[in-house]
Amino acid sequence: MTYTFDSKVPAGALADKWDNYKQDAKLVNPNNKRKFKIIVVGTGLAGASAAATLAELGYQVDAFTFHDSPRRAHSIAAQGGINAAKNYQGDGDSVNRLFTDTIKGGDFRSREANVHRLAQVSVDIIDQMVAQGVPFAREYGGLLDNRSFGGAQVSRTFYARGQTGQQLLIGAYQQMARQIGLGGVRLFNRTELVDTVVIDGRCAGIVVRDLLTGEIQSHAAHAVVLATGGYGNVYYLSTNAMNSNATAAWRAHRRGAMFGNPCLTQIHPTCIPQADETQSKLTLMSESLRNDGRVWVPKSPSDNRPADQIPEADRDYFLERLYPSYGNLAARDVSSRAAKRLVDKGQGIGPLKNGVNLDFADAINRLGLDVVKERYGNLFEMYERIAGEDPYKTPMRIYPATHYTMGGLWVDYELMTTIPGLYAAGEANFSDHGANRLGASALMQGLADGYFVLPSTISSGLAPLLGKTIPGIDHPAFQEAEKQASDRFSSYLNTKGKRSPDWFHRELGKIIWNQCGMERTKEGLQQALADLPALYNEFQTDLRVTGTGETTNQTLEKAGRVDDFFQLGMAMCQDALSREESCGAHFRSEYQTSEGEAQRDDENFCHVAAFEWTGDPMKPKRNVEELVFETAHLATRSYK
Amino acid sequence: MSHLQNLTLKVWRQSGPTDAGQFETHQVAEISDEASFLELLDVLNEQLINENKEAVVFDHDCREGICGTCSLMINGVAHGPQRATTTCQLHMRSFKSNDTIVVEPWRAAAFPIIKDLMVDRSPFDRIIEAGGYITAVTGGAPDGNLIAVPKPVSDAAMDSAQCIGCGACVAACPNGAASLFTGAKIAHLNRLPQGQPERYQRTEAMVEKMDEYFGSCTNHGECSAACPKEISVDVIALMNKDYRASKFKSRKEISRD
Repeated sequence: MTYTFDSKVPAGALADKWDNYKQDAKLVNPNNKRKFKIIVVGTGLAGASAAATLAELGYQVDAFTFHDSPRRAHSIAAQGGINAAKNYQGDGDSVNRLFTDTIKGGDFRSREANVHRLAQVSVDIIDQMVAQGVPFAREYGGLLDNRSFGGAQVSRTFYARGQTGQQLLIGAYQQMARQIGLGGVRLFNRTELVDTVVIDGRCAGIVVRDLLTGEIQSHAAHAVVLATGGYGNVYYLSTNAMNSNATAAWRAHRRGAMFGNPCLTQIHPTCIPQADETQSKLTLMSESLRNDGRVWVPKSPSDNRPADQIPEADRDYFLERLYPSYGNLAARDVSSRAAKRLVDKGQGIGPLKNGVNLDFADAINRLGLDVVKERYGNLFEMYERIAGEDPYKTPMRIYPATHYTMGGLWVDYELMTTIPGLYAAGEANFSDHGANRLGASALMQGLADGYFVLPSTISSGLAPLLGKTIPGIDHPAFQEAEKQASDRFSSYLNTKGKRSPDWFHRELGKIIWNQCGMERTKEGLQQALADLPALYNEFQTDLRVTGTGETTNQTLEKAGRVDDFFQLGMAMCQDALSREESCGAHFRSEYQTSEGEAQRDDENFCHVAAFEWTGDPMKPKRNVEELVFETAHLATRSYK
Repeated sequence: MSHLQNLTLKVWRQSGPTDAGQFETHQVAEISDEASFLELLDVLNEQLINENKEAVVFDHDCREGICGTCSLMINGVAHGPQRATTTCQLHMRSFKSNDTIVVEPWRAAAFPIIKDLMVDRSPFDRIIEAGGYITAVTGGAPDGNLIAVPKPVSDAAMDSAQCIGCGACVAACPNGAASLFTGAKIAHLNRLPQGQPERYQRTEAMVEKMDEYFGSCTNHGECSAACPKEISVDVIALMNKDYRASKFKSRKEISRD
């Protein structure tokens, strides 16, 4: 049976839809808001901003994080900036231009209405964050400064040195902290979601595990918001934090929330290449570096001279050569693949020949050392600390790495999943970036969802519940979910095999990276789908978790997360195999133009693939939400 | 890339907050000098799991020096020997073969040990909840360019806003004081025009909340030396100045006169 999606896109012209929605939305009277309990899971940009705003409105909010403090969420690591269509530079920016850039950057695989709303509220985000005291970079006259970013021809990116994510997250955290102090938000730290509970087709609450005592507990609510981030760590090596995981989204998926476009994962072009076998994560160097750095490799694979001794004539500035109008600022997926191809041809640089140069010599000559230091000083320091080389003197070595996941829980215009009462915000949902996210747009989307979208849409779901009682945690469904979670964690402890969760995670990561990474093929994906169940079976029989379940046990936490990564990895490969086209970050070798660019198939694949859980991770049901483009013109993306 | 051989690790193990702890000695035979200090602990934990022993518990997350989750006293120094560096960004090239490395949790009365190397830093959150914010309800903000902020002011606010809340300042302080952490937040917000309306009320509330948990500052300056973001002790002076001013401005005080 085909599933029919109701994306709840409001009527009217594209530019009027959000206003029309707000005008028609059901509201909850201020005095009644305190009668509703909302659970927010995750305290990154989307979660913290949603919790703060919902509490300001008067709802009772319970916020959950597995960190020791909400301020640790991985939004903090975003470096480069946040986009907004302010047109402060007078260079022709507008809401429509940001909308078009985002749709085009996403290679026409996102929902028009959601993206347009994102562009509209982007301007409010900047105002909001300035009012909260975020110390954005400023010009000497005291006004806000901007810089440009990949995939755009205007300067619309606001930044706070190379720590924009940190400053925005601390801003949102402080707003939430204020509400914690006032009693509007109750905080549960070091507490991890292990299941969601659905009663009579509606999300009734969550089951959590206390990471200090191992205690399993239920929490009931009128609505649940998952703002739990992306699943990039499925690759093992990624730029995600060590604890970032897919469990919350995946457990919700297993209870009926459909998972949209799992194969759409983004590779970031500028990360520090892997240095050795013990490496636990990769570090990103902000894409903003491409504003002033020039990317090149030696023309000859056998050229082993130090970078400064290679004359101009022997260098290939391949992004400038291939994409003259965008040059070093071509979109992320395009730049990443160009680097991969040269490294695959043996033109890579560095001890392992696994990187390309990002060279600032020209920028230092043109702008002077002081300006370069002012713009990128902290990034250069960070690079030197990790790589042991000074980028003021030697070009940085960079290579693409997994960074962001466009896929996520399917949501409608209200950010509600296919389970009524369960919402997904920020990177955890699939909604706005299509097949490829533009730089500086993740921070924008997280804050848009949390500050401006959810607080306006959630009341529509709550208003009809006024005066009705909701199931409490004594309901058998909660007890059953608690028992299942408890049994699951016991089973990890009782397998008593030989391999650690990290060992399995590394092996899983290799399969996914090799077959479902930057470039995918039918054969490779079929191979992955043969290898994954075998390795998963080994995980279920040969896992070793030492220690007990009654105190802090990070090995046990990891086991649960790796279990979910396995199942999600299978869905990713199924999705990549069935999407027989190339679009954005999803590059199938079979589908490319004569120039090696992604070849979309709009006739057959202009849709969202939303996967439905059937009980067997190898046999998900693939549903389709057709994408309709009324305003944007379906065109072949070109950064030439 | 080269490798270090034969490292001896003396690691603090403690089963729970009220249990007695002790040092445990472990050997790591080999590790690349490109590995970070936390990757050394990863290798040790993998070894322990292979020996069917419980892994060492330690807090860590982003591993790029920004989230502030990692901690550790390494050979008695908060975040180890390299200046302006968090433990996760400390690389093994700072050590040499045959070294003995002593690894302990943060030592501070306000940060009780949870298990092994993990401590409870939630008093920091309590200080922020007491006043470490600018009240700006979502939706009511004026245009971002309405209030010009002089660049030097914005830059100075950013210098102190860089605090990652790791707690090294408290761990390094002989008194277990949190003045650098609290002062950094006060300096960030009190310097900006947007922070002026709540300036004195914020300072009073935060300082008094801080005093509930932490020791007093006696100007040793160890905090700033240990700070991975090199936040200057000047922020403590600003905090003290504003705290004193807040007492003069306090209406409660005035009404008593």
